[in-house]
Amino acid sequence: MSTISDVHSDHEEHHHAPRGLMRWVLTTNHKDIGSMYLWFSFAMFIVGGAMAMIIRAELFQPGLQLVEPNFFNQMTTVHGLIMVFGAVMPAFTGLANWLVPMMIGAPDMALPRMNNWSFWILPFAFSILLASLFMEGGGPNFGWTFYAPLSTKYSPDSTALFVFAIHIMGISSIMGAINVIVTIMNLRAPGMTYMKLPLFVWTWFITAFLLIAVMPVLAGAVTMVLTDKYFGTSFFDAAGGGDPVLFQHIFWFFGHPEVYIMILPSFGIISAIVPAFSRKPLFGYSSMVYATASIAGLSFVVWAHHMFTTGMPVEAELFFMFCTMLISVPTGVKVFNWVATMWKGSLTFETPMLFAIAFIVLFTIGGFSGLMLAITPVDFQYHDTYFVVAHFHYVLVTGAIFSIMAAAYYWLPKWSGRMYDEGLGRLHFWCSLVSVNVLFFPMHFLGLGGMPRRIPDYALQFADVNAIVSIGGFAFGLSQFIFLYLVIKCIRSGEPAPAKPWEGAEGLEWDNLPSPAPYHSFTTPPEIK
Amino acid sequence: MGRWIQLLVLTFFSPHLFAQEMSFNLRPGVTAISEQVYGLHMTIFYICCAIGVLVFGAMFWSIYHHRKSKGAVPAQFHESTKVEIIWTIIPFIILIGMAIPATKTLLAMEDPSDADITIQVTGSQWKWHYKYFDQDLEFYSVMASDWDEVNGKLEKRKNYLLEVDHPLVLPIGKKVRFLMTSEDVIHSWWVPDFAVKKDANPGFINEAWTIIDKPGIYRGQCAELCGKDHGFMPIVVIAKPQAEYDAWLAEKEAAYLAKQAQELELVAMTMQQDELMSLGEKVYEKSCAACHQVNGLGLPGVFPALKDSPIALGDVTKHIEVVVNGEPGTAMQAFGKQLGLKELAAVITYERNAWGNDTGDLVQAKDVVAVQNAAQ
Amino acid sequence: MLGHRRLVVRLLLVVVAMFGFGYALVPLYDVFCKVTGINGKTAKTASEVSMATDEQRIVTVEFISYVPQGLNWKFGPKVNRVKVHPGETLQVDFSASNFTARRGTVQAVPSVSPGLAANHLKKVSCFCFEQQTLAPGEQQDMPLFFYVAPELPEDINTLTLAYTLFAVEGAELNESETAQTRADGEVSNDAAL
Repeated sequence: MSTISDVHSDHEEHHHAPRGLMRWVLTTNHKDIGSMYLWFSFAMFIVGGAMAMIIRAELFQPGLQLVEPNFFNQMTTVHGLIMVFGAVMPAFTGLANWLVPMMIGAPDMALPRMNNWSFWILPFAFSILLASLFMEGGGPNFGWTFYAPLSTKYSPDSTALFVFAIHIMGISSIMGAINVIVTIMNLRAPGMTYMKLPLFVWTWFITAFLLIAVMPVLAGAVTMVLTDKYFGTSFFDAAGGGDPVLFQHIFWFFGHPEVYIMILPSFGIISAIVPAFSRKPLFGYSSMVYATASIAGLSFVVWAHHMFTTGMPVEAELFFMFCTMLISVPTGVKVFNWVATMWKGSLTFETPMLFAIAFIVLFTIGGFSGLMLAITPVDFQYHDTYFVVAHFHYVLVTGAIFSIMAAAYYWLPKWSGRMYDEGLGRLHFWCSLVSVNVLFFPMHFLGLGGMPRRIPDYALQFADVNAIVSIGGFAFGLSQFIFLYLVIKCIRSGEPAPAKPWEGAEGLEWDNLPSPAPYHSFTTPPEIK
Repeated sequence: MGRWIQLLVLTFFSPHLFAQEMSFNLRPGVTAISEQVYGLHMTIFYICCAIGVLVFGAMFWSIYHHRKSKGAVPAQFHESTKVEIIWTIIPFIILIGMAIPATKTLLAMEDPSDADITIQVTGSQWKWHYKYFDQDLEFYSVMASDWDEVNGKLEKRKNYLLEVDHPLVLPIGKKVRFLMTSEDVIHSWWVPDFAVKKDANPGFINEAWTIIDKPGIYRGQCAELCGKDHGFMPIVVIAKPQAEYDAWLAEKEAAYLAKQAQELELVAMTMQQDELMSLGEKVYEKSCAACHQVNGLGLPGVFPALKDSPIALGDVTKHIEVVVNGEPGTAMQAFGKQLGLKELAAVITYERNAWGNDTGDLVQAKDVVAVQNAAQ
Repeated sequence: MLGHRRLVVRLLLVVVAMFGFGYALVPLYDVFCKVTGINGKTAKTASEVSMATDEQRIVTVEFISYVPQGLNWKFGPKVNRVKVHPGETLQVDFSASNFTARRGTVQAVPSVSPGLAANHLKKVSCFCFEQQTLAPGEQQDMPLFFYVAPELPEDINTLTLAYTLFAVEGAELNESETAQTRADGEVSNDAAL
């Protein structure tokens, strides 16, 4: 355990710790960095959300009222990029920073200085991305999937900035992932064997491997876009012997594992919360670990299900269809295990549990529509319609984001040492639950009715449903300010929280640490039963 | 309260009360394949519903009965290999049940038998081009909704955004093969009622086919983000019985040849400024304003302005060249193939004399022909 | 257990390898296309003449040409479709004319549909193997010698060969230069190509 020496003793810290802003700029403490990640991701959630509000306002009625189509395309593009790379992924990294060391009995992350870097390059990446919106010609307008040649020959001049921003985000994610892997492999407290790791640690461990496997591929893809656009290569240009469909293969080779990067840690969170409020151990721990690993493995052989309409030989379509359908087996195992955990438990429904239950139901609905999308012949009808938009928002908003909310409520007492206002928490939950379904559920109908995605204007028959969807969108957006208010109120004036505010909670962070968790925890490793 | 609801309904929904009914589900469509696809969609949907009812049923039963407030005492079981195996195998069997009909439908779609008619479908920003492979007939198909409808200056008509100037006409009961490609970015040709959606990739051809069962008008849209006006490139297919189709085809071919002959005559004609300017304005608004804007100012950094532009004020021949041949590697298309000689002459004249571009140049059909055959 | 440093180095190697893998997907994809016929890519080099001819079977081969916007050339096959016995070598002429006032170089990019047939369309010689340069106003017949391999899957009776003509970038860059030199008489532009 060479790393113990990395951590200064309390005494030293008091002498050298800078105050004010510099404390945050220079910090190498996993709790500080975790908090910064979480606040950053919330800020990005609001920025990306504001763009979604612009999109929904334009789509409130048929016709072009507020924005012109080119700006609309920039909004859909940057909304997607910010939510994926700015909101969901940093939120998970923030949670990993806070929780992984506490859960495995480590004093800090293994590489604290790199940890500082991996956070602090993020604001620059997003400043560049957002600044590109104000350039002449506008920011990226080719969708977050940036299909060539729309993103090469036909893209705005700001594309270089987009590429640069993606590179920085990728570097940040890779550094974060390396840090998680080294921490988990090297800093587990004596006796904390792999099969004793909490599932959140397990899911993040697997996620981190996915990250280092696919983020470099994304970096390669954007680099090819860069050289195709500015340096005369023709990876994706048929004129020079390239192929635009190749771009989609490379992108989705990254893109599909990326989808699981954004959901596996959620599985870990739900697997912590459901047992806690069922007062009953998690059902099928080891099968959960194997299910997570097999989902991660399968994620590398399903990418072309995003591309069924590009024209593939039928053998390839069948292969990708079968592999994709297969993913529903381990995913199903997880859902069944959560239900079995609740079965014959002693359930209470505090806000974390409410979000967790909503996650299970709504994520499963997203899973069902995913299964429908996997069926190649019907995918020809669903592909690139609002049915797809509904599907991935169910998986990412009521999936990933709801699990992040659940995690925030669940661990907030441990982080802040104070209890949040349960009444406000429930208000936030019910407002979010109702509005998110008003927002996304009717999108299934829009898609089945034939409305393509990424259009700034639509035919008249879609008007009523779009109006309802927009109202849901505004309501969901506003509901999130309840959460912001609740968190601020909790930090400022919440009731002091006990070390273990949840009766059924288990794990080193609850059993071995007070609330709030001290700035330096587990400087001597805890004893593992 | 009732009053409020009435007001709410009026405010939000009344303009669309008379619009086409929206289908809340996939439509069975008008081909054997699309009906099969619809059936498959419903099968999978019902299976998902059944699984959902079972799983969520168990969960909510537990939520209701095993709550602490009802005095539930937690059991301590947390493993059962038997149960785990069962709920791995059962979904697997269900999946096989889904995969069989899915594979059948997919293989039915891969029918390589010879087609009766071949249509070359070519997408470009933001219009479709259809060419009847065995006939002397090809045309562009552009959205027919007025931009004033889009911008709210005119009332939106019934098929707003889903109408085109020249629809694709096909016979029923014949195997029609589509060969898709694109001139610029990736587009996707989609008609829901045929269950045909295929990407048009620049430089490559893609194939799809259909046999339409019922005569009618079928509407679709481009389904792959293709730039600014992706939302404004609809597809309209009119399916006619064979005899009507043959008549239409004969008429169209004759008209197409007549138009080409007429074009030759135009070369000798000279048009007056008024005529050129008024026709030019119409053509400009239809074909150019989407990018260069009605006021000729373009969109800075995206589409160049024409007002005071070096092209519109400079050498006439260069200007004609750009309009006729397009500008490679940019969104500027070759309008030589899309517009007639008269329209080309008029729109170039208009661009050189509108918005304070006072060149005074009049461009005639023969000038355009001279550029088209520059080499001879 | 590996120390931090060694573990980080190994993980970084994975990152570098995966970045390389992203690029390796480019040639891998070509191989994959060749095997499966994705996108109907045909071989870029000449094939040997077939020895065997299947007199029993007749396959229809259709020809399509595309000239993208911005290129004032005419280009197309002299016949729309031919019927051949698999294994029988045929010649089909394509005609190209340069209507611009400039010398130009183009590359024809082939695509075959259905994709599975792409491997079975064998070109003995083809104008698409190299770039074509035409003087202003020049018209040229460009021959394609091909045969359909007898191994063509039984259920495929029609295959379509499409050529898209692309202007070669390097040649375009020299346009202004060409325009200048034109005044001094027809200076050879071949050096520039």
